[in-house]
Amino acid sequence: MTATAERRPATTIFRRPRSTTGFWGWITTADHKKIGIMYGYAAFIFFLVGGLEALLLRIQLSAADSTFLTAAEYNAAFTMHGTTMVFLFVMPISAAFINYLLPLMIGARDVAFPRMNALSWWIFLFAGIFLYSVLVFSDPAAPAGVEGVSGNLDPSDNTILGGMPDGGWFGYQPNAGPFYSPGTAMDYWALGVQFLGLASLISSVNFIVTIFNMRALGMRLLRMPVFVWMSLVVALLLLFSLPIIAIALFMVTFDRQFGSLFFVAEAGGDPVLWQHLFWLFGHPEVYILILPAMGIVSEVLPVFSKKPLFGYAAVVFAGAAIAFLGFGVWAHHMFSSGISPVAQAAFGLSTMTIAVPTGVKIFNWMGTMWGGRLKLTTPMLFAIGFVAMFVIGGLSGVTHAVVPSDWQQTDTYYIVAHFHYVLFGGAVFGIFSGLYYWFPKITGRLLNDKLGKVNFWTMFAGFNLTFAPMHWLGLQGMVRRTAYYPPEAGFDFWNLVATVGAFIIAAGVLIFMFNWWRSKKHGEPSGVDPWDARTVEWTTPNPTPEYNFGVAPTVTSLDDFWHKKYAEDSEGRPVRRPEAEETIDDLMETGVNPPHPIHLPAPSYYPILLAAGIPLVGWGIIYHTSFVGKLLILIGVLVIASAAFGWSMEPLEEPHDEHDDSEPSGDGYSSAEVDS
Amino acid sequence: MEAAAAMDHHDQHESTGIDHRKLGMWVFLSSEFLFFGALITNYLLYQGQPGFTRPYPAEIYDIPFTSFSSFALLMSSLTMVLAHNALARHDQHATRTWLLATAMLGSVFLGGQVFEFTEFVTVGGMKLTTNPAASAFFLLTGFHGFHVLLGVLMLLTLYGISRRQGELSEASGLNLELVGLYWHFVDIIWIVIFTVVYLLASVPAGIG
Repeated sequence: MTATAERRPATTIFRRPRSTTGFWGWITTADHKKIGIMYGYAAFIFFLVGGLEALLLRIQLSAADSTFLTAAEYNAAFTMHGTTMVFLFVMPISAAFINYLLPLMIGARDVAFPRMNALSWWIFLFAGIFLYSVLVFSDPAAPAGVEGVSGNLDPSDNTILGGMPDGGWFGYQPNAGPFYSPGTAMDYWALGVQFLGLASLISSVNFIVTIFNMRALGMRLLRMPVFVWMSLVVALLLLFSLPIIAIALFMVTFDRQFGSLFFVAEAGGDPVLWQHLFWLFGHPEVYILILPAMGIVSEVLPVFSKKPLFGYAAVVFAGAAIAFLGFGVWAHHMFSSGISPVAQAAFGLSTMTIAVPTGVKIFNWMGTMWGGRLKLTTPMLFAIGFVAMFVIGGLSGVTHAVVPSDWQQTDTYYIVAHFHYVLFGGAVFGIFSGLYYWFPKITGRLLNDKLGKVNFWTMFAGFNLTFAPMHWLGLQGMVRRTAYYPPEAGFDFWNLVATVGAFIIAAGVLIFMFNWWRSKKHGEPSGVDPWDARTVEWTTPNPTPEYNFGVAPTVTSLDDFWHKKYAEDSEGRPVRRPEAEETIDDLMETGVNPPHPIHLPAPSYYPILLAAGIPLVGWGIIYHTSFVGKLLILIGVLVIASAAFGWSMEPLEEPHDEHDDSEPSGDGYSSAEVDS
Repeated sequence: MEAAAAMDHHDQHESTGIDHRKLGMWVFLSSEFLFFGALITNYLLYQGQPGFTRPYPAEIYDIPFTSFSSFALLMSSLTMVLAHNALARHDQHATRTWLLATAMLGSVFLGGQVFEFTEFVTVGGMKLTTNPAASAFFLLTGFHGFHVLLGVLMLLTLYGISRRQGELSEASGLNLELVGLYWHFVDIIWIVIFTVVYLLASVPAGIG
């Protein structure tokens, strides 16, 4: 396949890049699949970083009065563990899945705004690097912009680890304000999370427009795969929760850098306002983390149960209901902050309500498996693991809705156990299920199933060893976010068990990495449709061709691919159609040799250039009182402005003489022609 | 080949019938409502709290002056509509004129804000660091001003494109309708801010 296109001179800073392969091919790509792959690898690297931080925490807690870490280092490690896992692992790896799969699942060639998609990815990557650049630039001195701050400087802050942000991923005020966190570390945190939010906001607009506007013919909303539905719900959650945390983080940055008084209690500021704003974002964020995994599991379970998803519409509406209710439960994170009894009762009730749609989903997944011909492949094992662990995490979650009980649990390891059951046993197991399930789509090969099973059982055992004991440690009164516990408390044994469990999880992750690395080159070729799948993304060859579909698909029902392969006998059992193989062969033939020229999104330099300006402004703000800081802001703004200018001048549609028509497609496609 | 081209565009249809960019702008603006919603809530929370270092923002507002600059911004929505209308009539010259007028009115508003901030700091004695209500006031109106500034820059870019290429086309990436949507949004938000933050402003009992 060769791509050729006519070029015309235009007002540009750079000429449009031509290369679609090699290093520059990746740097300038606007292909949703390449962007998805880059998102995935970057997120996984951050997963390893966050995992290392978790291991440090567990080593420290393996024995009473341990001196492995200083208190400051411990604070920094749990802050960055949380921040990394939430913002740099689960969110971007969900973005990786959505990027790669969403267009394929709705039968599109790309997202609505391919260059904006590249912009999201580069902003995410640079924001992650910016956040961790604190390791290099950490400065224990007070923020330059605020006068008269003495703070509580701790000499142990002055180590490499201790110099990282240490105010918690929740950044509670006034602890994370200029007085109690005097170094620059929390500025890196506030701005880094701000930039990550910007990347997610751009993605969410892109995904919403893609889902509403780019569905294949016949793909009505209620024929979309559940994963697409969950992507839509997540995008809407992001759209409405990110602006709130953006404001809250701006307030923190202004307090710390420019001396505003939003959270300074002595001047009349209100630290509890931060909690409201943070959790008004933070609770929808919880669903942002879990819903993509719920979408993945809803795809995997039917395939390996050989049954349609039980109650498709109920699963979709339950997802939407969770999102809607998710905006009305935030104060259950604040029962011990002194909010009024009426508010406590109201938020306790709303929190119990949200268990209903969640329960609906659990029953639908069980109904899907019930009576099915289960095939216990690795993706299926992870999916079943997800359902089982999520039930435990969900049940302990409902106990927080009971206010007096919550007062006892607040800030104990019971909470840590709860949210790791939903976010690790839930989200991470779902993500691994998806990685095993869609690996053939990306590479054309299968991950080794035997190693996969070892991988699953190792992680499953390690996970439960680590987090189950935290339930009883918490109920016995072990407080979280504290580096030490005394020997006489009797917490030693279960903490040691948890630490051993954490290392078993790490072993499981290493097995996965080995499996991935080996299967990429030497894995068994998957061939066409390795899982006997149901959805449209499997109607293209593996690995997916650059143009996705040889011919734009037309959809006539939910689980369209399945119905092309199977009919029902008189008792409702699936019977393979005699023409199924021929149908698949035809699909693969057009997939390999598209009958018509195909438009592909053209690569561009501007997304990465624009994104590169953003961390420059970030560093500039942190050091804005110095000359270098002011210079960095100036350079950053110039880079952003010139990239935006060049971008807006770059033609959306390159002229193409082969089948020139005046219809403006208006979606950032240019004409690369596929030579068949 | 015509048939092939027609086939090929099947995957590029808009399921809703709305242009991608226009739908994208609407979706983005829905998010912006929460952005300003949070800022306005934040201000309302602090404006009536007693015991702050004075002055409170409401003590030093110059309502006649701000009414004037608000009027300029309101009129800019009218000129924006006229620009859009002119483009629909393919009258490129009038389009340019109204674009420039919109940018000018936006600049009048921005100039007014710069003057207002300067007055507040030097004459009124209210800075970002005076009290939380002042912090909230400056953050809210500052972010709104930043949005107006971006709008003015986009309007001037459109003007520049039109001058250079002789015409504006709806197919170009930055098109007039999108900028128009954004501009009207920024204007509507100002109507809310001017009403709620300026006209209905209150100070704690015992002050003023």
